[in-house]
Amino acid sequence: MNESNTIDYLMLLADSSLIMGQRLSEWTGHGPMLEQDIAITNISLDTIGQARYFYQLAAARLNEKSGNADVTEDTLAYLRDAHQYKNLLLVELPNGDWGQTILKIFFYAHRQKLMYEKLSGSADAEIAGIASKALKEVEYHVSWSSDWVKRLGDGTQESHDRMTKALEYLWPYTGEMFVPATYEKNFLENEFSFDVLKQGWLDKVSGILTEATLSLPPADTYMHTGGKTGVHTEYLGYILAEMQFLQRAYPGCEW
Amino acid sequence: MRKLSDNMDTEALQKSFDEKIEKDIKIEPKDWMPVEYRKTLIRQISQHAHSEIVGMLPEGNWITRAPTLRRKCILIAKVQDEAGHGLYLYCAAETLNITREEMTEQLLSGKAKYSSIFNYPTLSWADMGAIGWLVDGAAIINQIPLCRTSYAPYARGMVRICKEESFHQRQGFDILLTLSRGSAEQKAMAQDAINRWWWPSLMMFGPPDNESPHTIQNMKWKIKRFTNDELRQKFVDMCAQQVEVLGLQIPDPDLKWNEERGHYDFGPINWDEFWNVVKGNGPCNKERMAARIKAHEDGEWVRAAALEYARKEAAGLTGKQSEKATIKK
Repeated sequence: MNESNTIDYLMLLADSSLIMGQRLSEWTGHGPMLEQDIAITNISLDTIGQARYFYQLAAARLNEKSGNADVTEDTLAYLRDAHQYKNLLLVELPNGDWGQTILKIFFYAHRQKLMYEKLSGSADAEIAGIASKALKEVEYHVSWSSDWVKRLGDGTQESHDRMTKALEYLWPYTGEMFVPATYEKNFLENEFSFDVLKQGWLDKVSGILTEATLSLPPADTYMHTGGKTGVHTEYLGYILAEMQFLQRAYPGCEW
Repeated sequence: MRKLSDNMDTEALQKSFDEKIEKDIKIEPKDWMPVEYRKTLIRQISQHAHSEIVGMLPEGNWITRAPTLRRKCILIAKVQDEAGHGLYLYCAAETLNITREEMTEQLLSGKAKYSSIFNYPTLSWADMGAIGWLVDGAAIINQIPLCRTSYAPYARGMVRICKEESFHQRQGFDILLTLSRGSAEQKAMAQDAINRWWWPSLMMFGPPDNESPHTIQNMKWKIKRFTNDELRQKFVDMCAQQVEVLGLQIPDPDLKWNEERGHYDFGPINWDEFWNVVKGNGPCNKERMAARIKAHEDGEWVRAAALEYARKEAAGLTGKQSEKATIKK
């Protein structure tokens, strides 16, 4: 297998989880109730934790190849620019209100669960190890966000309307999860079909949305792509400017 | 006649309460307690809870800018611990017959206070270190005696909180230590943070003993175990030694060891500044309250939806439940 496909694929996994966690951490201290502030902060910590495992693995492999030790989880997270980031567009979108954030977690977590289930059987033992560990965390993200989708979709008229709006906004960013980039396809070597993955996701997600009295957007909705190959929304530049500020302003320091 | 027997009962109850306090037997929620004791505890515990919640904001300010992934995770977990502390404390206060909603209302209306220290801004990454070392350090000194406070649910909550706080303090010190061993710019950043946080940290122990209205009664009730000045001195003694490890300075030209007293002497505290911040004139009072009010107002529809869904669920009226009912038919 081509090592550069593996590194690119690790960046897709790591970048998506990091940017997801970075966005969710914006909620810390601002949640609608204390218990839920704690819960969303947990999910943020879990996803950043997953990102760290993938970055550390990528760094180890890059260093092994080059014979140096200059790549770390932090050089990968803090010293790459937006066009080098491979995260899904979905995770870089603004949090919006609580409903929009919940829905973003809901779409992502359901997909991560299916993905990690597959990856935990990967021929790459290290990736498989991280995936099976992450799977336990993601199962909680799935159930927590699904409960909230039901509560908000089927709560009050206002919450229903807000969820409908969030659904319209986020849905066009869900397709990208099931359109593999070339490096992704190469790494996964047809281990599984993205169409099957998509169908599995759609079944789960549409079941819960229906339960939440929300209607699924039309099947022919236009889907945005680009994140996996470094063509992002305008939001990512600002996320990185904020996140990378200290490492950029004071290069080469220990923190 | 009835009144008289009530009075007698109260006298007996008061006597048994006083005996418990005397013998260091903890007061439990179901026990009788004087009205003023209950009021004082509600004020103190809710104020403490509010401080944890407002205290999430200055540190939360640096989460998205933390310089490494490890530091980011530690900071997020720390701020999350503060939310957890707020939660235990609100629960402890609720055992005294006040609801969380009432306490939140008191905070948001400005009726209830929170620790003034959180009205200072966090201007650099080094502030995460200074808050951990100084603010959490002062909080620990204040809070360790509270693990033995006379009201049992408060004491139990504090045991758990103190364990986590000492971990936070070590993390803060570690941030400053790393900066102090780093580049000249990092060292200057650390010194600047200590300069800004030192005096406000000393103010955290409250006004001097001769101007502290509640101290005498609270000591009698064993809610408080040491006076403000005693605790402040303990803190100064601790920091004066620790700052040497950092190779940085405490911004007080009068700070020096006094052999006779067996303590460090320190310079006068600017109490005008303290009272101004208490009165709402601190650098961030308005921002902190605005952030809490915004979170509360933005969360209104979420809480309403959760309540409505719970009601529907109990009545068998959620989307899923009615669907099942239709299929059955």
